Amino acid sequence: MTSFLDYAPAPESTSILHLRQSYGLFIDGAFVDGHGRSFSTISPATEEKIAEVSAADAQDVDAAVAAARRAYQRTWSRLSGADRGKYLFRIARLVQERARELAVAESLDNGKPIKESRDVDVPLVAAWFFYYAGWADKLDYAGLGPNPKALGVAAQVIPWNFPLLMLAWKIAPALAAGNTVVIKPAETTPLSALIFAEILQQAELPDGVVNIITGAGETGSLLVNHPDVNKVAFTGSTAVGRAIAKSTAGTGKKLTLELGGKAANIVFDDAPMDQAIEGIVNGIFFNQGHVCCAGSRLLVQENVADEVVDRLKQRLGTLRLGDPLDKNTDIGAINSREQLDRIRELSDIGEAEGAQRWSADCVIPDRGFWFAPTIFTGVETSHRIAREEIFGPVLSVLTFRTPAEAIAKANNTPYGLSAGIWSDKGSKILAVADGLRAGVVWANTFNRFDPASPFGGYKESGYGREGGRHGLAAYLGSAGSAPALTRGAAQ
Amino acid sequence: MSRLAVPKTYKLYIGGKFPRSESGRVYEVLSAKGAFLANAAKASRKDARDAVVAARAAQPGWAGSTAYNRGQVLYRIAELLEGRRAQFVEEIRLSEGVSAASARSQVEAAIDVWVWYAGWADKYLQVAGNGNPVSGPYFNISTPEPTGVVAIVAPQQQSLLGLVSVLAPVILSGNAAVLIASETAPLSAISLTEVLATSDVPPGVVNVLTGSPAEIAPWLAGHADVNALDLAGAEALDWVDLQIAAAETLKRVLPPEGGAPAPSLDRITFFTETKTVWHTKALI
Repeated sequence: MTSFLDYAPAPESTSILHLRQSYGLFIDGAFVDGHGRSFSTISPATEEKIAEVSAADAQDVDAAVAAARRAYQRTWSRLSGADRGKYLFRIARLVQERARELAVAESLDNGKPIKESRDVDVPLVAAWFFYYAGWADKLDYAGLGPNPKALGVAAQVIPWNFPLLMLAWKIAPALAAGNTVVIKPAETTPLSALIFAEILQQAELPDGVVNIITGAGETGSLLVNHPDVNKVAFTGSTAVGRAIAKSTAGTGKKLTLELGGKAANIVFDDAPMDQAIEGIVNGIFFNQGHVCCAGSRLLVQENVADEVVDRLKQRLGTLRLGDPLDKNTDIGAINSREQLDRIRELSDIGEAEGAQRWSADCVIPDRGFWFAPTIFTGVETSHRIAREEIFGPVLSVLTFRTPAEAIAKANNTPYGLSAGIWSDKGSKILAVADGLRAGVVWANTFNRFDPASPFGGYKESGYGREGGRHGLAAYLGSAGSAPALTRGAAQ
Repeated sequence: MSRLAVPKTYKLYIGGKFPRSESGRVYEVLSAKGAFLANAAKASRKDARDAVVAARAAQPGWAGSTAYNRGQVLYRIAELLEGRRAQFVEEIRLSEGVSAASARSQVEAAIDVWVWYAGWADKYLQVAGNGNPVSGPYFNISTPEPTGVVAIVAPQQQSLLGLVSVLAPVILSGNAAVLIASETAPLSAISLTEVLATSDVPPGVVNVLTGSPAEIAPWLAGHADVNALDLAGAEALDWVDLQIAAAETLKRVLPPEGGAPAPSLDRITFFTETKTVWHTKALI
């Protein structure tokens, strides 16, 4: 029987892509073969190979860092801020021009629904470059001290959940502040970064200012531990972030880390309920829950808990899971088999620990990596599904009675990246927002991102901010000390 | 006929109280010329942990007080220190072996540092925060908040000015501090706690340990309930190991300074976290 949920397939065509069969490393303005063992990047929706990708070994990392150092000394640090800005504006425009192609590549390689890569990821990439382009010749106005200075060569390692967007978050402020870059995209999602390398060529960005090297964790480790980098920026798991913090200790490298999260999404009984339901869904099922700031812990006030859970289940029943390139798809593929295994493992543990599992009844395709939207109720704060980052479409529901209890439960985590509050009472929202130990708090919305808005965590979610004026600080030398205040005080 | 002096027992400062080390240990504090000055408490791992507990308990209340209030409390520290200059000059002169003029200049500089930072309490947020023009119907603002509990290894030289230069920027924003005083010249640190205790600094907001930084600092660097670590005075310690230990819980770490750090806004903002709040606007 057909229902309103049955749609004819509406896949985005891949004919817009002009992919090569294999990609080298992008070093000093050109693609070169890597010396590591090359690997395939696949579509997680079909498990079909997209292209062969080079892996950078120590020798390649050396070459990339050397190219970045040369470009820093000979070109980029001698350019005016205005000219640096013009290159960034060019890049922003080229991203807009090739937006459709980038969106298709992203969904193909990552598995995220095309409506998200098309309407969220790629537009934000362009916006990020446009925003930081304008800062390049205005650093003196950033409030970071007089005559702020670039750091030098930035080593950047980014995750697979928003491949091109994370690249933009890293590269745009780094270049605006006057640094050069060696960036490593994630092993499972190198494709959009390699197309981006072509954009850099079209923008005629001076050779070596941005170098893109592909590979797995070992390549990333070689990069961040390279003695000739001045800055390390990492987005990814807290475990890897911790390892980087240890290995860079005492080196003087400036470090910013954007790590894991276990965000509380707090729903009060006076919330605008229609919006809250949509916000909860967006909070945890956006991008298959592969979001470090995902609202993975739903804290709902006890007297409306049943209503909220019922309506959530109803809503999840209308989500369409399937082909990421289909414009009707809400839930795409899990990015990799490894990640799927982790989601399955933690979900099984959730059940074993006594929480009640419910999954939306949706058809799972035969091939590829998929996980149906899942809700756990009866979750206790001690359960692993309430403590550990699942990084998948799995929501843990907990209840509370008072705002104080909601705050206490929300903060009961080593993480502190984001949080959500749903209430129609403004004074309550502001008071609760004050109490939350999280770097981003969304009130009556969730998962909003903007280049003008700083993003980053408290506690073990990392340090430093990306986005906005604050994001520049990660790529500039310390503002230094205040001028002498009083006699003797500044000795 | 000369009067027999009444020497002071120098103890720790934890949770607003002046306990001896739970370990019962003391160490001799000597003058620059090697003469006995006092037995200072030699703090243990347990003392350090007690101090963290006290700091954690005190921090939310201190952060929740108004910025105006915190500014006045810091200013009051300066006022009381001003009135007790002579005592500090004498302690510094003896334990650091400097001239009275040099000691006086250090004490006066320390007082002025308190005054400078006191004025920041209700301003740093305006300078370090801002509204954000996001593309959509949202009110969006970024503001700094205190990081939480900060462990500090105070500078070993300039025992009072060094300590004040690292302590004031940490607490003015609403952090609570656990501070390890200069090992060889701890007397002015302990005397300063008497000033703090009578300046309306709530108990637990500042905790001062004396003893061996090399012994105590690793416990604080590895403590899971410490949010940040200021290694200003740790240049002679294995401070990279401390930074590595701190990485286990991703503490924010400031490296050694070598001397009393100059007053700076950076020192304030380093021990804060930027919180960005988005709120929907109605479409009217």
